[in-house]
Amino acid sequence: MDLYEYQGKELFKRHGIPVSDGRLATTPEQAHSAADSLGAEVVVKAQVLTGGRGKAGGIKLADSPEEAEEHAREILGMDIRGHVVKKLWIEKASDIAKEYYLSLTFDRGEKKPLFMLTTEGGVDIEEVAEKTPEALAKLHVDPLAGFQPYQARRLLFTAGISEPGEQKQIAAIIEKLYETFVAEDAMLCEVNPLIVTPDGQVKALDSKFTIDDNALYRHADVAEMRDLDAYPAEERAAREKGVTYVKLDGEVGILGNGAGLVMSTLDVIAQAGGRPANFCDLGGGGDAEGVVDALEVITPDPQVRSILFNIFGGITRCDEVARGILEALGRMEIGQPIVVRLDGTNAEEGRRILADASPANLHVEETMLSAARRAVELAGEAA
Amino acid sequence: MAIVVGTETRLVVQGITGREGSFHATRNKGYGTAVVAGVTPGKGGAEVEGIPVFDTVRDAVAETGANTAMVFVPARFAADAIYEAVDAGIETVITITEGIPAHDMLRVYNYVRPRGITLIGPNCPGALSPGKANVGIIPAEIFSEGRVGLVSRSGTLTYQIGHELTQLGVGQSTIVGIGGDPVVGSSFIDILERFEGDPETELVVMVGEIGGDEEEKAAAFIGERMTKPVVAYIAGFTAPPGKTMGHAGAIISGSAGTAQAKKEALEARGVRVGTNPTEVAELVADAVGARTG
Repeated sequence: MDLYEYQGKELFKRHGIPVSDGRLATTPEQAHSAADSLGAEVVVKAQVLTGGRGKAGGIKLADSPEEAEEHAREILGMDIRGHVVKKLWIEKASDIAKEYYLSLTFDRGEKKPLFMLTTEGGVDIEEVAEKTPEALAKLHVDPLAGFQPYQARRLLFTAGISEPGEQKQIAAIIEKLYETFVAEDAMLCEVNPLIVTPDGQVKALDSKFTIDDNALYRHADVAEMRDLDAYPAEERAAREKGVTYVKLDGEVGILGNGAGLVMSTLDVIAQAGGRPANFCDLGGGGDAEGVVDALEVITPDPQVRSILFNIFGGITRCDEVARGILEALGRMEIGQPIVVRLDGTNAEEGRRILADASPANLHVEETMLSAARRAVELAGEAA
Repeated sequence: MAIVVGTETRLVVQGITGREGSFHATRNKGYGTAVVAGVTPGKGGAEVEGIPVFDTVRDAVAETGANTAMVFVPARFAADAIYEAVDAGIETVITITEGIPAHDMLRVYNYVRPRGITLIGPNCPGALSPGKANVGIIPAEIFSEGRVGLVSRSGTLTYQIGHELTQLGVGQSTIVGIGGDPVVGSSFIDILERFEGDPETELVVMVGEIGGDEEEKAAAFIGERMTKPVVAYIAGFTAPPGKTMGHAGAIISGSAGTAQAKKEALEARGVRVGTNPTEVAELVADAVGARTG
C-alpha cells in the first residue's frame, strides 16, 4: 500500500524525523485558510500516488492565501499520469541550500534493508545509480543485529557529507528512518529531497512510503489511511468483495485460478493478438459464490467484450468449477460471450457438464491456447 | 534420491488441527508420505486421522524423529512456528501459509540461513517427489515419476506445465514450489543447485514471473555452474509496472523485474524460454527425447 506525501510525513513526524508544518486541503477555500493559518509563504502540493508532480505543474509556490487559493483551483482536478488530484498539502515554504537523497528499501535479493544516500538529491535515483554510481552510498543492515550508529557514519562519509552540523542531524535521521521502516512494516521509505536550509537545518521535504499489505493487521491506523478513491471503481469493488483484481486497458476479461496461471493467461491473450482487460484470480476456489463475485467485478467494465475463464483443476476439481460457473450464470445476466477452458483434475467431466447445459453464449475450449484465440476472436466480433 | 522431500522424509505438520492443515496432512499421508506427527499447542495427546498431535515441535521430534516440518498456521503466527521448528532441530521447513508480513520473513530468513536449514516458501504449494513423498498442497495425481525437475514461483502454473509434461509422457523427479512472496526461504539458485547434484534429475524446468531479480541471478548461475539443461518460462509480459499481480512478490518496480529482462537474461545464458506453458512442455519433451533417444 502506497501512502500520500502528507501521510508519510505524518509517520515521519511520529518517529521524530523533521518535516515542515502543513495542512491538508480538498477545496480552494481550505487552501486559503490553510495558508492563512500557516502565516507565511507556502507551497501548494498535489497529493497523488505517482511521481512527476513537479513537472506536471502539481507543485506551486504561493506568497499569499489568495495566491494559494488560486493555485489550488488550478491543481485540484488536474490529471497527473492518470491520477486525478483530489487533495492538496499546503506546506510552509522552505529555503533550500542543498538537496540530498535518502532512502531505505527492502532489498529482496540480499534479504536485508538497504540504505541509499547521495548528495545528488531532487532527481530520479535510478538515473543517479546509472550515471554516477560512485556518488551513491549504499549499505545493508542485518535485520537481526538491527541498525548500528557506525552505519550512519559510513553512509555520511561515503556520500561525502562533511559539514559537522549536517552529519549530526542526518545521522539522527538515518537512525530514525530505520526505526520507522521496521516499526511501520515498510517496503520503502524515501526522502527525496532531504534538504539543508541556508541556516543549516536538515528536513524531509518529500516522502514516499510503501507499507506491506500483509502487515496491515498490526497497523490499524495506517490501514485506515488507504484512500479508496485513488483506485479505479472496479478495483474498489474487488477489494470490497475480496477478489484479487487489477484493471488493465484491453477488451478480453480474464478469470483464472492462481496468480501465475492468470499472468500467463494475460500473456497468451496478447500473443493471440488481443489485449487483456484485467487480472483476476479466483484463488483456490471455483464455487458459484466466488465466480459470481469475480464476474460482478469484471463485467461492468465497458471495455470488456469477451470473457475467458482459464481454470486448472488441482485440488479444486473441474466438475465443481463447471457447476459453479453454471450456477453463477443462472444468478446473473452476462452480456459478453464467455469462453471456458478447463484442464486438470476431472476436466472431462467439467467440460461434459458445461456441454450438457450448453448455455447461450458459452464456448468450451480444450486448451489454453485455443481458448485464448477464441476469446480474442469473440472480442473482435463484439467490437 | 529426488530433492527436498523423499523416502527419508518424516513429517510433522504444524497447525494440523486446522481445516486446511488436517485436510492436507491426511492427503499427504494418503499419498504415502511418512506423516509422523502434528503440532497444535494445547491439543497434545489428540489424534488426526491416526497422526499423533503434540503441544510442541520439540516433543514431536523427540517422540517421532520428525526431520521435516510443514507449516499451516495462520500468517500472524507463522514466523513463530518456523523458529520453533528450527530450534527443535528440524532440517527442512516447508511453509504453505500465505500473507506472512515481509519483515517477519526477513528476520526468519537471516536467522535460519546460517544454520544450514532448508526453508521452502512461504506462500508456496510445497514439494512433491512423485512416487516418494508429497509435502504440501500439490495435486499429485497430475504428475508422474520421471527425471525432469520442476521449480516454480507459482502453483497452478506449475500444475499446468506438469500436466502437459505428463501427457507428453515426461515424468518428474521433484516439483518444488518456492513461493510468490518477496522473501522466500529458497531461491531458484538454491533449488537448481540441488537438482544439479541429484542423479535422478536430468533436466530442470524453471517457472518464473515478474518481480525481483531471482531469475536473472539464476540465469548467471545456470551459465556458470550447471551442466544439466534448463528450460524456462516467465509469466507476466503484459503486467503493468507498479501493480501487484496476485503474488505479493509479483510487481514491477520502476524498470526492474520485468518479464522481458528475465527472458533476455536467461536466453543470454543459452536457456530456452517457452512462450507459453504448452511450448515449455514441448521443448522439454524434445530435449529429453533427444538425450535418451
